[in-house]
Amino acid sequence: MKSYRVLRTAFKAIRRNIMRSILTTLGIMIGISAVITMMEIGKGSSSAIQRTISSMGANTLMILPGTASSGGVTFGSGSVMTLTPQDAEAILKEPTVRAAAPVVRARTQVIYRDRNWVPMYIYGTTYDFLEVRDWTDLSDGVVFTEEDVRTGNTVCLVGQTLVRELFRGESPLGKTLRVNNVTFKVIGVLSKKGGNMMGMDQDDILVAPWTAIKFRVSRSTMGSINQSSSSAQDSDVSNGLYPGSRTSLYPVPAENQTTSRPNPVRFTNVDQILVSARSAENVSASISQITELLRQRHRIQAGEPDDFVIRDMTEMTNALTSTSRLMTNLLLGVALISLVVGGVGIMNIMLVSVTERTREIGVRMSVGARGRDILRQFLAEAVVLCLAGGAIGIMIGRGGSYLVRLLLNWPTEISIPAIIAAVVVSVGVGIVFGYYPAWKASRLDPIDALRYE
Amino acid sequence: MHVGRLLTREASVLERRELKLIRVVDVHKTYLLGEIELSVLKGISLQIARAELVALMGSSGSGKTTLMNILGCLDRPTSGQYWLDGEDVSRLSADQRAVIRNRKMGFVFQNFNLLPRTSALENVMMPLSYSHEHVSEREARRRATSMLERVGLGSRLDHEPSQLSGGQQQRVAIARALINNPSLLFADEPTGNLDSVTSREILSMFRQLNREQGLTIVLVTHDPEVARHAQRTIHISDGSIQDGLRPASAQPYLPGLKGPSEVCA
Ligand SMILES: Nc1ncnc2c1ncn2[C@@H]1O[C@H](COP(=O)(O)OP(=O)(O)O)[C@@H](O)[C@H]1O
Ligand SMILES: [Mg+2]
Repeated sequence: MKSYRVLRTAFKAIRRNIMRSILTTLGIMIGISAVITMMEIGKGSSSAIQRTISSMGANTLMILPGTASSGGVTFGSGSVMTLTPQDAEAILKEPTVRAAAPVVRARTQVIYRDRNWVPMYIYGTTYDFLEVRDWTDLSDGVVFTEEDVRTGNTVCLVGQTLVRELFRGESPLGKTLRVNNVTFKVIGVLSKKGGNMMGMDQDDILVAPWTAIKFRVSRSTMGSINQSSSSAQDSDVSNGLYPGSRTSLYPVPAENQTTSRPNPVRFTNVDQILVSARSAENVSASISQITELLRQRHRIQAGEPDDFVIRDMTEMTNALTSTSRLMTNLLLGVALISLVVGGVGIMNIMLVSVTERTREIGVRMSVGARGRDILRQFLAEAVVLCLAGGAIGIMIGRGGSYLVRLLLNWPTEISIPAIIAAVVVSVGVGIVFGYYPAWKASRLDPIDALRYE
Repeated sequence: MHVGRLLTREASVLERRELKLIRVVDVHKTYLLGEIELSVLKGISLQIARAELVALMGSSGSGKTTLMNILGCLDRPTSGQYWLDGEDVSRLSADQRAVIRNRKMGFVFQNFNLLPRTSALENVMMPLSYSHEHVSEREARRRATSMLERVGLGSRLDHEPSQLSGGQQQRVAIARALINNPSLLFADEPTGNLDSVTSREILSMFRQLNREQGLTIVLVTHDPEVARHAQRTIHISDGSIQDGLRPASAQPYLPGLKGPSEVCA
């Protein structure tokens, strides 16, 4: 029997009882539409995460001061001031590194005329910061120069949130604002970046040369306000630009340590160094190169732990995507259960249909249909039914995800693999659950079938 | 002269052997109802020649349908031999019998057995989808249409069974039975659900098919009036043949009945 005839016969049989066919395949419809909606939501949020990550600067590494341990006492992370701007310069020379920016953080009030605001981020850094964060295209103005960094010029870039909160829409270019009583001139406005994956407003930021923040702002910042710059820094700074030998505020190394590992002279330290690898494949190479370099620069002996920590975005990405994947998988599980329920519905109705059409089966057999022809016919019917349900389910699911995007503002995205999977699954459900009824039909004896009342 | 007579005898023997489309020898059919063995056919032997119109007559429950099912390869005898066209078909598998039914046989039932909610045309086309020869959709339609025209339903192609009278339904069933050009037609009480005028039309159609196309027809009936249309009647009673192979001349053929040409014009 030609396959197109089989399909045509199946279509006719389905059309003959259209209402029941629709009800039969309802389970499949619901299951498939749930799968499609779930997948589109899942894909949407995972690419939203991807976008946020790349907006934060893809291939970004964050180097933080590490744990200092001395005499068996471990201080917390960042307890040592191990990172210097010179480290950042050295890191930049590594072949896999595209950009490296030292970052000094401050948290204090910013005042413009009668308005004040405490930005989420006040970053003292270099031009490279914008490179790392993929933020080099300003919406207005210019970026501060290397010269500004060298001389500690009090110029700054402001994020969109600051523009809104402090300047209320006027152009901030050329305006002066006070950061902890230090006057800064706004020379550039950053473009809008939006919330990051933790929902923090990335535009709530002020960026200035690190030297200006370090030596002018942090110096006069009250310890209670300045959370990231510890009092150690203040004292460090109070020693002047060239504090000479090590300060007593460094954790005191053990006697033998001091002798075996002379501490380098550190002019000043930074809170973190942001690094951008040349490409995603370079990230792990960068990590090992930087680790080696910093260990060498910090004169850490083999076997001793690093005095710094390198974080990369993949950690964060993994954490975020794994939670969203877990959600998606759970919901997929529910959807699959509903598909199985739908399949059982198909089987049930197909069994009823076989019984109802016993006479038809008998007639078909009397004109020469073999068991396998009958099997194929009923199997085709179940598959066509499931496929039709699946197709409708795909459309409903797409509609559902559209509504989610429209009403809940949740990012959704069409998922071609999900649609292919939906088609395959509906055919599979049709075959699996249609096989038994079809087999039963094919095993009928023509005489019994003809005699059936 | 002597040689010539011998040759003629040889030829007639050959011819006769060839002509026997159906040869059944000592066929038994026993049903098992729980533990009770119900013997329905008790040693049936018969022959039916090509192009014969034979009535299989007997009272209700005598085993006519059971015998027809075996002759029609719908069923297998419990024991005994059945040669169809010289081929032993009594031990064929279900699939092999299906192929034989498709190629060589057509069935007409008392209750028409058309597919419900399916047009006359589709009903007639249906056997072609199980045919081994490749028949294109267009060819199938063409054949089914001309077959329906031949049974006088050219204007009812798209009618569903529920929109047709009993006689018309039976004509659709006949068209369906003939679509694969069978050599053998089985009709089980084909007029059982029809009024007498319609019955006569249907029976005339059988006679015309038999006469004009040499179609072998086995007409199963309990009604002597129907059996009179046949050239020969095989009487069956309680699972046995009553009068065996009665010569065709013993049965008065009815040339005076209304000609089928009037019906199937
Ligand atoms: N599948 C079956 N199982 C049991 N008994 C059967 C079966 N088919 C037919 N019979 C019995 O065989 C007998 C003859 O049936 P059938 O050939 O249909 O008679 P009829 O001559 O009326 O066509 C009946 O008594 C019937 O009950
Ligand atoms: Mg009967």
